[in-house]
Amino acid sequence: MKKLLSIFAVVAFAFTANAGTLDDVKNRGFLKCGVTTGLIGFAAPDDAGNWAGFDVDVCRAVAAAIFGDSSKVEFTTTTGKSRFPTLASGEIDMLARNTTWTLSRDVNLGFEFVGVNYYDGQGFMIPSALGVDDATGLDGATVCIQTGTTTELNLADFFRANNISYEALPIETNDEARENLFAGRCDVYTTDASGLSATRAQADDPDKWIVLPNIISKEPLGPLVRHGDHQWGDVVRWSLNTLIIAEELGVSSANVDASKSSNIPEVLRLLGVEGGYGEMLELSNDFAYNIIKQVGNYSESFDRNIGPDTPLGIGRNLNALWTDGGILYAPPFR
Amino acid sequence: MQKNFFSDEKSRGILYQTLVIGFFALAIWFIVNTTAYNLEKRNIATGFGFLNNPAGFDISFSPFLDYKSTDTHTKVYFVGVLNTLLVSFTGCIAATILGFIVGIIRLSNNWLLSRTAYVYVEFCRNVPLILQIILWYAILIQLPRIKQAPQIWETFYISNRGLYGPRPIYEDGFFIVTIFIIISFLIAFFIRRWAKKRQDTTGKQFPTFTTNLGIIILLPLLVFFIMGTPMTLEYPILKGFNFKGGMVIRPEFIAMFLSLTIYTGAFISETVRSGILSVTKGQREASGALGLKQNWIMRLIIIPQALRVIVPPLTSQYLNLTKNSSLGIAVGYADLVHGFGGISLNQTGQAIECMAITMATYLLISLTISFFMNIYNRSIQFKEK
Repeated sequence: MKKLLSIFAVVAFAFTANAGTLDDVKNRGFLKCGVTTGLIGFAAPDDAGNWAGFDVDVCRAVAAAIFGDSSKVEFTTTTGKSRFPTLASGEIDMLARNTTWTLSRDVNLGFEFVGVNYYDGQGFMIPSALGVDDATGLDGATVCIQTGTTTELNLADFFRANNISYEALPIETNDEARENLFAGRCDVYTTDASGLSATRAQADDPDKWIVLPNIISKEPLGPLVRHGDHQWGDVVRWSLNTLIIAEELGVSSANVDASKSSNIPEVLRLLGVEGGYGEMLELSNDFAYNIIKQVGNYSESFDRNIGPDTPLGIGRNLNALWTDGGILYAPPFR
Repeated sequence: MQKNFFSDEKSRGILYQTLVIGFFALAIWFIVNTTAYNLEKRNIATGFGFLNNPAGFDISFSPFLDYKSTDTHTKVYFVGVLNTLLVSFTGCIAATILGFIVGIIRLSNNWLLSRTAYVYVEFCRNVPLILQIILWYAILIQLPRIKQAPQIWETFYISNRGLYGPRPIYEDGFFIVTIFIIISFLIAFFIRRWAKKRQDTTGKQFPTFTTNLGIIILLPLLVFFIMGTPMTLEYPILKGFNFKGGMVIRPEFIAMFLSLTIYTGAFISETVRSGILSVTKGQREASGALGLKQNWIMRLIIIPQALRVIVPPLTSQYLNLTKNSSLGIAVGYADLVHGFGGISLNQTGQAIECMAITMATYLLISLTISFFMNIYNRSIQFKEK
């Protein structure tokens, strides 16, 4: 009977244990982060099998904030379809997977978007040989589209609004889309413009493909967590904000140690020299220092993974700081 | 001897059964309760109201219903059900034909034929279906691109976007032709009954098959021309990105149809072989001694007796094929699981509702197949007179 009671106790515990994600992560010793099945520049394993990319850096920043070690992350691959159930079930602690912030996802699916790490928009990629230079010229085309995404709905809306027709070819992953597009099963691939740049970079001859100038939607992409655990949401939110604030303040992985003796108060607060901001998040006071030291600031991550010098060659555009004509903006570190 | 409650076998049995049922009910209650609790805690909306909301996405393949992105999730459901039924139904028929042919060939005395059948059966039975589906799709994707599609008489086109052919357009008078098609089948039915009766009473044979084939083809054709050919063909024409008009069979469907047929056909052929082998050798020898022709022995003596063994496992193969059609998701075939159980689920987030409806639908389809196969099974069972 005693044994039976202890089993019940364990079962009961298992269903109440999801209260404090931060404590769970600390006890476990590593962060579980959901990423794509492989999108060059955003999240893909490198030659040595280590995950690298712009979204991966958000996961690494959170790990650096909690453990002071950006390598303490276990990456879980998710498809457009599996990502939400994987997060909701608690299999991962957070999701950083080019996921668009929408009302229904925020409210109805029971998630919380903690911010935006990339302002994107949906575009179209076609073979340049087709000679089309505007998306309204795509009447009758076959379009490859990832199922279960906001892009699927935007696509239907765009063609309906312009009174032109198309044939949809729904596929599951970016890899499948690439194969179908390169084999000519579809004429057009539509997804977020960043994803198109990544796909184009993987073509045998990238010059044979063009991304049309039409951007047909707003796609604010950002990391998200389960709704209801606000302490955990705050940790992820301020890890992301740290990346942006560091760029604003000109603090990078190269000058972070020297910046500790800066005379700018916000830099000192950020690096934990003054004030107890880390403790408010139940982290160490130098959490932001660890993030910047190990992952870098926003622009370092951007340039390393997707910037003009990478095969993706994406410009900052909307993702430039608000002071540089973009809309990237983080609340003050105070 | 005094009997107490536990030493009595009957009362003990009742106790154990009550306990088992009690635990089972408790487990179900626990699962339902936990799910409801967690859904509420995570603020996930429940209910079936979403079925009437517009779906907002397009479906690649809807040969029966005219579907638009403004239609509701309910319509997505029906498109999916029809596509599932289409590939299941055509697959079952083709797999049966293939299975019977291969099953008989495997028993052939011709070494090459029977070995070839053997290799086919062992290969297709032992390679996972999903790999076969992906293999067929990968092959079909390598067909010529749409702009280079080879044509046959400017009527049929083969490309990696599908096989294009003419589509019949029916005009006013075609209704009369349809009526005559039905009439010709009725006539054929009565001729067959009359011929059978005559053979039973007089022993005289009548060429039923050729006569009926002639009636079924010629009578509607005659009416068709009398009515002034009330049907035209719409040919596919390459216009812009794709062929316009005509009819198209998509590679997703072909890949599913081929792999389901070939995979299940291998199982059915083994069922057929076991059925034929279950008929005793004496039956074959006796009919041979009566001077019956080889193919008559097969058709009139062996197969009817073998069917009694074949049909029950054949029913399970039909059920398997239908359920396996849900693997269409691997190549984007727009079946029930792909559309309603996949895209709708994902766009609305109503996972439990969508899955429950999808599962109930498969259950219903399977029970319907079982129901009709059981009726057929009873009709072919040995009847003692």
